[in-house]
Amino acid sequence: MAKVIERKPLTFWERTYLPQILGGLRVTLVNMFRRAETLEYPEQRPTIPPGYRGAPTLVKDPEGREKCVSCQLCEFVCPPKAIRITPGEIPFDAPTAHVEKAPKEFEINMLRCIYCGLCEEVCPEEAIWLQDVYSIAGLTRASLVHDKKKLYELGGTRPDPYRKWDKKLAAEKAHAEGGHH
Amino acid sequence: MALPYITSPTVTYLVWHTVYALLVIIVLMTICAYAVLAERKISSWIQNRVGPNRTILPILAYIPVLGPFVQRNGLSQPIADGLKFLFKESVTPKHVKKFYYILAPCLSLVPALTTCTVLPFGIWWNDQHAAQPLVLANLDVGLLFILAVSSLGVYGLVLAGWSSNSKYPFLGGIRASAQLISYELAMGVSILPVFLWSARPMAPLGSLEVGGPVSPLNLFDIVQSQEHLWLLFWQPVSALVFLVSVFAETNRLPFDMAESETDLVGGFHTEYGSFKFGFFFVAEYAHMLVGSAVFVVLFLGGWNFFPYIPDPWPHNVVGSVLSVLWFLAKVLSFVFLFIWIRWTIPRFRYDQVMKLGWNVLLPLAVANLFFYLILFAVFPNL
Repeated sequence: MAKVIERKPLTFWERTYLPQILGGLRVTLVNMFRRAETLEYPEQRPTIPPGYRGAPTLVKDPEGREKCVSCQLCEFVCPPKAIRITPGEIPFDAPTAHVEKAPKEFEINMLRCIYCGLCEEVCPEEAIWLQDVYSIAGLTRASLVHDKKKLYELGGTRPDPYRKWDKKLAAEKAHAEGGHH
Repeated sequence: MALPYITSPTVTYLVWHTVYALLVIIVLMTICAYAVLAERKISSWIQNRVGPNRTILPILAYIPVLGPFVQRNGLSQPIADGLKFLFKESVTPKHVKKFYYILAPCLSLVPALTTCTVLPFGIWWNDQHAAQPLVLANLDVGLLFILAVSSLGVYGLVLAGWSSNSKYPFLGGIRASAQLISYELAMGVSILPVFLWSARPMAPLGSLEVGGPVSPLNLFDIVQSQEHLWLLFWQPVSALVFLVSVFAETNRLPFDMAESETDLVGGFHTEYGSFKFGFFFVAEYAHMLVGSAVFVVLFLGGWNFFPYIPDPWPHNVVGSVLSVLWFLAKVLSFVFLFIWIRWTIPRFRYDQVMKLGWNVLLPLAVANLFFYLILFAVFPNL
């Protein structure tokens, strides 16, 4: 059913548009005294939602071990080829010797990174995470290539409920002692 | 030893008047610059944001209380803007007519600044306790001078539009010229009742000659005739028509045709860069300031305190200063009204602008004039 809207003809005063102008002025005046919605940037920062894709960082587990095993999956999946890894060996007498590999050098070129998050998705060790760092600036191109030290510094520590390496170590020990798997 | 040239009365007169003129110009230009800041701040408050609040002057910022106050309120922004206009690279496009391109901003700014020479902005009392205006030139035909000289501003706009040799400025110039011509008639006719009032038979004596007749076009006499009742209340239709015409003459929204930023990129000043654009910018705000000052003088009683309440200030130097400050307060609140209306009302369409000027305002002004003519003829003792 079509609804017919009744349009009353304008009165004399309304046809001068003066009452409408005054009404508009009142609206604007009321708005002048409301608080501004502006976020004043360097003093106030925006709230970053969880899952925000900021700069990629490497994380350590709660025991302070580096989680990355330099499998190079992130390097191969990165669309602009921003990641460069040189894999290295873990010495035989280290406590994490069963992991066998750790990165000797790990560089992410932030000038190439597109913050897509594919490296985070593909990492089997959950070692690379895109966290909430969003304002990165530098004075030279070299300073914007984040090396391993900078990446771990930005990354911090993440809680790890799975304890994959400890479980593997425990399983190998149990196997060596002849227990069933 | 007497130095005849330095102490002769002519030289003293010239020196004092030069200082006086420079003072007036400095105050006017400062108010123009801060009017730009006021526009940005007020428009931002209306839009729920914060205006300019980050500009710092190198040393001033570190004074404990004053520095942050100046920064947070953007008070050093006009200085930054002025310096920017001065030092930016001035690019002259290849396709413009050079001579007229450079002439146009001057033609726009000079009339706007010249009109302020006949504006009275205060009152002082001379040795015979007669009231005299504080003005640069107390012309007999003050108001005619203002109307004539501000009409010259049209040429600046039209020349800018034409010499820029490009589509958007051309359209802006054409629209501006048609609009400005249309509203000048309504403006002129709507203030004739003001002259009828200030030169009525019962008027107090004029200020130019002691004991002489009142010159109706003299702005000081118009203000003095409003000691008891402001003309705004007594002739509201004149005031309304004049207000609308002043909005149209200064190219302010809702009559923004010349520089309508959403239609015509920049309108007549699209092709203009740093300092020439600064000229147009300052010319617009100076025009706005002079327009509000003329409205205050004609309809809001100039420096008179309130209708039927006598001035609370004494008849000496202190009183003069207070009258100037009161006048400035009224003018600045009028500038606020200009800015407020700009950010409230949408722009008129071009044919609506023309229809309003010729079909509505002009007949209304003429009918208003006839009404007051008959009124003053029937009641000559008002």
